[in-house]
Amino acid sequence: MELLLSVSIGVLVASGVYLVLRARTYPVLLGVTLLSYAVNLYLFASGRLTVASAPLIDQPLATYPDPLPQALVLTAIVIGFGMTAVLVVLALRAVVETGSDHVDGEQQ
Amino acid sequence: MSHWPVVPLLLPLLAGALALLLRPQSRAARVVGIAASVALVATSGVLLTMAWDGELQVYALGEWPAPFGIVLVVDRLSAAMVALTSVVALACVLYAVAGDDARGPYFHALFQFQLLGVNGAFLTGDLFNLFVFFEILLIASYTLLMHGHGVARTRAAVQVVALNLVGSALFLIAVGALYSVTGSLNMADLARLVATLPESDVGIARASALLLLVVFALKAAALPVGFWLPRTYAAAAAPVAALFAIMTKVGIYAIARLFTLVFGADAGPLAGIAAPWVVPAGIGTIAVAAAGALAATELRKLIGWMVMASVGTALIAVGQFSVDGLAAALFYAVHSTLVGAALFLIADLVRRQRAAVGTRLDASGQVRQPALLGGMFFVGAISACSLPPFSGFAGKVMVLEATLGGDLVTASWLALLVGGLVVTLSMARAGSALFWKSGSEPSTADPAPRLAVAAVVALLAASPALVVLGGPMSGYARDMALQLTDTRGYREAVLADTPPAAHRRDYR
Repeated sequence: MELLLSVSIGVLVASGVYLVLRARTYPVLLGVTLLSYAVNLYLFASGRLTVASAPLIDQPLATYPDPLPQALVLTAIVIGFGMTAVLVVLALRAVVETGSDHVDGEQQ
Repeated sequence: MSHWPVVPLLLPLLAGALALLLRPQSRAARVVGIAASVALVATSGVLLTMAWDGELQVYALGEWPAPFGIVLVVDRLSAAMVALTSVVALACVLYAVAGDDARGPYFHALFQFQLLGVNGAFLTGDLFNLFVFFEILLIASYTLLMHGHGVARTRAAVQVVALNLVGSALFLIAVGALYSVTGSLNMADLARLVATLPESDVGIARASALLLLVVFALKAAALPVGFWLPRTYAAAAAPVAALFAIMTKVGIYAIARLFTLVFGADAGPLAGIAAPWVVPAGIGTIAVAAAGALAATELRKLIGWMVMASVGTALIAVGQFSVDGLAAALFYAVHSTLVGAALFLIADLVRRQRAAVGTRLDASGQVRQPALLGGMFFVGAISACSLPPFSGFAGKVMVLEATLGGDLVTASWLALLVGGLVVTLSMARAGSALFWKSGSEPSTADPAPRLAVAAVVALLAASPALVVLGGPMSGYARDMALQLTDTRGYREAVLADTPPAAHRRDYR
């Protein structure tokens, strides 16, 4: 499971970085989205991976997954989603105003 | 427990929400904006007096004790930064009320949300909460940057948003890595845990620390990741650009806080991890900013480069991680924020009176009030260029003295002095182009609104005031630095109510 998770995060980050380095706003947007997916998975994993343990503490010494990273991921998802929405609107606006989807607003 | 530490967050939050409910661009929204900013200045005064005698105020939100809940911590540094923010904000709001706030909806609401983010970043004692407040100030700043619209603003905003989204991703990776080895996000608790990390986890914590440094350098606009600043600040509306003068200080504050408290002298294997990077970054930032200032053909870009040079100066001071260095950094940051904000407002007054050429640095347009604007520009430029008799000189001397004990003394002095000379030359050239060699055709623009001039004069007056009050100010800065380097006192104050360790999850 560790291998699968780390490979997924690695592939997401690599694709995200590649797309972020493109010169058009739409690939950059997708790249940022992939990066934020990778970050969410990574944050989730920072609480350690556990299988078949209780989601809540029912008795003092039972093993249970760390609830904090889940709260962090939730916060990060909300913030990341809002920020990505802002970027979408701005990128669309830039296309309308400059007539180009180049990140520097240059023509073809 | 006194409730004052949370007021600088609640006040802008409630005022911003109220301003959202009111009709946009209405008189009532203005009143709310001004009233909230005045109240914030008063609140920050209370916080300053509370912090003055050196006692840490720890405010546990929801009464959850640290490290389980989020705490706000008011020490001398936080109180000073909140006070600085509130003063700059009041001047910006007054300037905006003179006309700029009517160019788009919801200026005052967004402005208050931006203050919420900035104050939160200065006050929080929790690393993840710092991320959240960074995002609050960023999302408000994106929208404020677009205030008034225009192609230049849209272009600048797309770049800044994309850049900061990547920065946020790096921040979260760093936070996750640090949490995975320590199991805590409270800064005081992290300071305790980082010092006793087992050998196998030190590498992860080191990577996390350096990632955090990169993120804060991005916010501060330091060299490898700082090129967004001049273009963004030049594109923003004047009161927004002036408020942004505080945003680079958030990055510098975070470097000063995290790398003295968590990764400071007591951090065991990670002690002084930022030291080899911060001073060279500062030197490089000054070099690039000086070159940019020399090449600038537009006043607002020139001021943007100058703000970047001041970031470099503050970083050289912070990078010493000594009491003298941190004290100098605080004094210089206060000075450069106030003067930088004033210069952005002056540039806007110039732009309004040179309708055809705006702030382009050529001699073809006259301003309507050359004596007033030229005089204000002269004072601001002298102070910004660190020439006597204003506060820039005192600040720069403190920084120069502070570097004497550290590494890279020669390079730091060269950067500070030659960089200062180049910026002085650029400002002198800009001043003569705008006010001396200006063409013969008189300007028909309206004279500057009185309220706007008053806001600028108030910001400029802070510069001689910092010199007159130089004794108490540098004394406060020194006490602040002593408190900042006393990480044991900080840890004990924050973790005083922590329950016994038996209830904590063990990550080893």
